[in-house]
Amino acid sequence: MVKELAVISGKGGCGKTTIAASFAALAKDPVIADADVDAADMHILLDPQIKKTETFTGLDVAQKDDDACTDCGECFENCRYGAFDPDFTLHPEKCEGCAVCALVCPVDAIQMVERKAGEAYISDTRFGPLVHAKLHAAEEASGKLVALVRQRAKEVAKEQGKELILIDGPPGTGCTVIASLTGVDLVLVVIEPSLSGIHDSKRVIEVARHFKIPALVCINKFDINEENTEHILEFCKDEGIDVVGKIPYDDTATKAMLVEKTVVEFSDGPLAQTIKATWKEVEEALS
Amino acid sequence: MKISVASGKGGTGKTTIAVNLALSIDNAMLIDCDVEGPNSHIFFKEPMVKLKDVSIPAPEFDLDKCTYCGECAEFCQYNAIAIVGEKVLFFEELCHGCGGCKIICPEDAITEVDHHIGIIEKGGSKDIVLYDGLLNIGEPFGVPLIRELKQFADDSKTTIFDSPPGTACPAVEAMRDTDFCILVTEPTPFGLHDLTLTVDVIREIGTPFGVVVNRDGIGDDRVERYCVNENIPLLSKIPNDLHIARLYSRGVSIVEGLPEYKATFAGLHDKIKEMV
Ligand code: SF4
Ligand code: SF4
Ligand code: SF4
Ligand code: SF4
Repeated sequence: MVKELAVISGKGGCGKTTIAASFAALAKDPVIADADVDAADMHILLDPQIKKTETFTGLDVAQKDDDACTDCGECFENCRYGAFDPDFTLHPEKCEGCAVCALVCPVDAIQMVERKAGEAYISDTRFGPLVHAKLHAAEEASGKLVALVRQRAKEVAKEQGKELILIDGPPGTGCTVIASLTGVDLVLVVIEPSLSGIHDSKRVIEVARHFKIPALVCINKFDINEENTEHILEFCKDEGIDVVGKIPYDDTATKAMLVEKTVVEFSDGPLAQTIKATWKEVEEALS
Repeated sequence: MKISVASGKGGTGKTTIAVNLALSIDNAMLIDCDVEGPNSHIFFKEPMVKLKDVSIPAPEFDLDKCTYCGECAEFCQYNAIAIVGEKVLFFEELCHGCGGCKIICPEDAITEVDHHIGIIEKGGSKDIVLYDGLLNIGEPFGVPLIRELKQFADDSKTTIFDSPPGTACPAVEAMRDTDFCILVTEPTPFGLHDLTLTVDVIREIGTPFGVVVNRDGIGDDRVERYCVNENIPLLSKIPNDLHIARLYSRGVSIVEGLPEYKATFAGLHDKIKEMV
């Protein structure tokens, strides 16, 4: 059975990718999936060689034929996303692809056409295959792209007989997070002990609960505010969530990033040691 | 004037810049559009008070009228409806509230009801009004909530919008229709990569913009070089200062804990005024 582990955080910038990339280096034979499609950074550390590229088409977009249009205004009246001006000019960038305008237009002046929303890639890296993606500027179907990345990762795992899919998830609690979490075996929530970090992590833990996914917590930069760290430890205890790592603030993480390496490759110092110990616990929880 | 503060990557200090900018200029208000993780309120002592509920319309099916013809399911672009035999399955969390199913149903079996997606809250301090939105847990689409939130902008004030991170729909919605956008980034490879993505988006939207480098000193000069090459104004640099990180972790703004920074943020505002 292929296991899926998602590394997430309610708030961005708390070191999630740094930790996930080190896990990629430590894991035995993983498939790596970068599901943070809005700000995919994993590839910076993993130096992927792209093997396969596929175009991702998001939702269709409305296209209006001004010659056929009789200015009846039905499209403007019925579009709930403000994509039509009162003079019935269409702004495709505001279109959410619902197709209502095409449905109501009495003269078939509106067609729904495919739009390229991004690309998905399957690559080789020094730690194993990486499935990643790039969403085109201002495209609006990132949840779907995450689903595609995960689907491809599963296929790769099956083909190559891999047993672990390691997902670097996006921040927040919305559609990309939900798409990253559904059906995984375990989530690791990376929390930074700032008030905002705690606030956001609690929300994302609720999301995991909502979808009934077991969660573990890892506190990153725990020494930035030990009082808040205590608070997280207590919160996790009350909630019955295991804390599998307390990682200190250490600029080795940035130094490793500057030379585009994972922390565990770059050094064998205290930061690398703690990440290794954390990974051991996560691995055990997975098995 | 409306100023949005955005960043491709979370945790670059976007909220810090938004809050401190608002606290450093006269006649400002703050709207936190990060409805998946609103954090601005943490820097204000007053608790947030709920102002209103936000809902989107969702279909309700009258099974006495429904003939299970399946047209609604076939129409729905988001696969929120499935007709299985003599059963209507409705997946509320996939529904965008477009109203198409109601229009297409030949039997008039569909009416619309409110589907609650979140709330709007108000708070701040005696000097600054803060609005934020809170998307319900398990609710995927924050855009309608952001749209409502933006209505609270007061044209007689300088409104600062704290945008959600990333480059997808919620971020785009928050950046749209503002007069200027501040892109916050860090001087690291991740910071630069995410900045380039955000620059693509903001150029697409067409809003004038500039860059603020936060935690200056932790990395190298690659972000500055990029800005020079791309002709992007570098508005300000906030040094990497452990004092700031500690203040932040306790929910204290920079200008409150280190008042000497007020001039930095006021200067940032002056630069933006010149450019708009
Ligand atoms: S497809 Fe839907 S969102 Fe797009 S323009 Fe038509 S009615 Fe509006
Ligand atoms: S509904 Fe069709 S005919 Fe009427 S204004 Fe829109 S595009 Fe033109
Ligand atoms: S379109 Fe109307 S009648 Fe047909 S399955 Fe849907 S609700 Fe029932
Ligand atoms: S309102 Fe639109 S999105 Fe919702 S179920 Fe009906 S057709 Fe689908």
